[in-house]
Amino acid sequence: MQRVGVFICWCGTNISSTVNIDEVVAAVKNMPGVVYSKDYQYMCSEVGQNLVKDAIKEHNLTRVVVAACSPRMHESTFRKAAKAAGLNPYLLEIANIREHCSWVHKDKKAATQKAISLTKAAVAKAILNQPLIPGEVGVEQRALVIGGGIAGIQTALDIADAGYEVDLVEKTPSIGGKMAQLDKTFPTLDCSACILTPKMVDASMHDKINIYSYSEVEEVNGFVGNFEVVIKQKARSIDMEKCTGCGICLAKCPAKTALSEFEEGLSKRAAIYTPFPQAVPNVPVIDRETCTKFRTGKCGVCAKVCPTGAIDYEQKDERLNQKYGAIIVTTGYDLINLDSFGEYQYADHPDVITGLEFERLVNAAGPTAGKLVRPSDKKKPKKVVFIQCVGSRDKSERGKSYCSKICCMYTAKHAMLLRDKYPDCEAYVFYIDVRTAGKGFEEFQRRAVENYGVNYIKGMVGKIFPTGDKLKVNGVDALSGEVLEIDADMVVLASATQAKPGASDVGRMLSISTDRDNFFTEAHPKLRPVETHCAGIYLAGACQGPKDIPETVAQASAAAAKAIGILSKSKLVNNPCVSQVDESVCSGCLACTKMCPYEAITEKMVEQKVHGKIRRRRVAEVNAALCQGCGGCTVTCRPGAIDLKGFSNKQILAEVDAICQ
Amino acid sequence: MSVIANNAAVKNAQAFEPLIVAFCCNWCSYAGADLAGTSRLNYPANIKIIRVPCSCRVNANFVLRAFQRGADGVIIAGCHPGDCHYMTGNYYTRRRFSLLKNLLAYVGIEEARFKVDWISASEGNKFADVMNGVLEKVHKLGPNRKLRDSRWRR
Repeated sequence: MQRVGVFICWCGTNISSTVNIDEVVAAVKNMPGVVYSKDYQYMCSEVGQNLVKDAIKEHNLTRVVVAACSPRMHESTFRKAAKAAGLNPYLLEIANIREHCSWVHKDKKAATQKAISLTKAAVAKAILNQPLIPGEVGVEQRALVIGGGIAGIQTALDIADAGYEVDLVEKTPSIGGKMAQLDKTFPTLDCSACILTPKMVDASMHDKINIYSYSEVEEVNGFVGNFEVVIKQKARSIDMEKCTGCGICLAKCPAKTALSEFEEGLSKRAAIYTPFPQAVPNVPVIDRETCTKFRTGKCGVCAKVCPTGAIDYEQKDERLNQKYGAIIVTTGYDLINLDSFGEYQYADHPDVITGLEFERLVNAAGPTAGKLVRPSDKKKPKKVVFIQCVGSRDKSERGKSYCSKICCMYTAKHAMLLRDKYPDCEAYVFYIDVRTAGKGFEEFQRRAVENYGVNYIKGMVGKIFPTGDKLKVNGVDALSGEVLEIDADMVVLASATQAKPGASDVGRMLSISTDRDNFFTEAHPKLRPVETHCAGIYLAGACQGPKDIPETVAQASAAAAKAIGILSKSKLVNNPCVSQVDESVCSGCLACTKMCPYEAITEKMVEQKVHGKIRRRRVAEVNAALCQGCGGCTVTCRPGAIDLKGFSNKQILAEVDAICQ
Repeated sequence: MSVIANNAAVKNAQAFEPLIVAFCCNWCSYAGADLAGTSRLNYPANIKIIRVPCSCRVNANFVLRAFQRGADGVIIAGCHPGDCHYMTGNYYTRRRFSLLKNLLAYVGIEEARFKVDWISASEGNKFADVMNGVLEKVHKLGPNRKLRDSRWRR
């Protein structure tokens, strides 16, 4: 017979105001197996925990039930207390009488009866609990960072500096991400490339960081500490060992017809290209769809001019299998497609551009060498209109309901840069609200208004009419009610940010969840902002939600610290609530092996004595290191040979019976 | 029907306190129930929750046992399809319990007494709504007599 101790928490008045604690204590005393019961204001406090520990020792308790808040809150706290008192921590059960009882019910009598019933169920389950000993698994001391933007670079550097190997996988030919495309950064106006490129070089020179550029993660298996990942290295058509990055091939390539992705389509690039001169690694890629050699078989100029013979037209995609202890997802964001915003003429008029295109136009290394001119006629603009919230805070089908967070600040920056370059050029900003929450942000935006004379107009633009070489912008000043018509030379749209189109696929591959806007969801919005629900996988940067650079970098370092926490352990403790097979009952049908999502169940041959003869028989076997404890196999099993430790059939049925009493 | 008899029926219905057993997966629905608690939403005390690691852990036996032991309704709640913490567990739940639904209908248990639904960790509101919805229907149906073990006293 088990000796059960029941501890009932008041949680201040959180529980005691709707549940009559005395009644529960009295009822508990009559439950079978209960030899001790105690109530206290705050069971989770040190005093409360000591009550549990002392009672275990004094009354020789073999099972403990704590009726308190949700097990998701304090199960581990009380398990530790039980362990400290010499009891196996898995012999403790929690009855959730706060979140599932006192907080959702107002009727004291009904709530008290329910609290008794839930406690009874927990007692019934606890009596059937078995001591469990968690196994240990080794940790692969290597991290994978998916995405080579500023978030990925920062995370990789921090983990590598702590002394662990890091693989940084980037889809495009160079690391750097969106930040590499920016001209200046708010609110300090320092040049983006000047602060980013040294970090890119640091990452490439670090002996603990391996950069896999032009590569993608194709498959992820395993679990925290032991992820098995397949990385696809796309065929670059260049031997990275031989290439010196001299750039002769880029200059000589005759197929300069493709739109440059890095320049946001504002200029052309060759079929063999590096995205930008400071690219890391500084090794070009052949775009096989544009290259004449791949399209027609004739050309091969690059191979002829290459001084080191690095061009390899025969190169194939390669797949690399690697093991990792932790994964950090830093896949970043994209801008929304503006095709459905016809009123702004983005698709039809070259002088209507996005904020990111503006960055390239004012950048000294950009397509116009930093001369801000209209894309259509290369003339200097006299009047520029900036439109904020294009698609952001827009609940309609074509927009995004959230605030993209960065646009207010970069629009202020753009207007400032414009007025700085051409003091005679007028700048107008249409806004819904100006949101400048951030250190030095408000001062920055005020500077744009007060020192640079940027005209801020509260209101939205209805439509843009291209008339002659002008863009007639029709809007309303919402404060005065005045209808405005501005003859602009150029319009800059602050288009909404969105999750990468492939984010949900990445999420599925990693089995982490995405929210309704396809941003990855963190484990807890306040207290676990960089973790995911999948242990060992962390998030950083705009893939989790719109973010500016300082926030991204802070989150990247936070994610790195979390990953280092895993990598620094030589062993991780397993969840002991895993399936086990009763070999004497198993019929060897192996239905469970097909159901298991982790391939944790395999077949095994056992020898059995039947009527004096030794017979070999096939049975199922669970690999405790792979089993995650979902318990799906227990239902699949026809003879009922598999059971889940900690949530066994008997335990759950005992709970059902207790509740139905 | 006379007015008196009608009143008696109303009185009976008021005296009837249904019992509903809800199996909630640890990662989504149990957390959703916790959120309903932290948001101080209201649902009747007749609903009692049993925590399971995944909705696919729920064996049809557990549901039948609950009805046998006098439950008037049973709810299974798991993560939304595609969001299962164990990748594919809730797809098995969906298949298994669409079969059980047919069986329950065959043995004469009203459809409204058994529900499988998807409630995520952020849907405290939905949790309360689903619980209230099932309870309301069960209230109208009255006590469950089918399958009940007559030796068992509630």
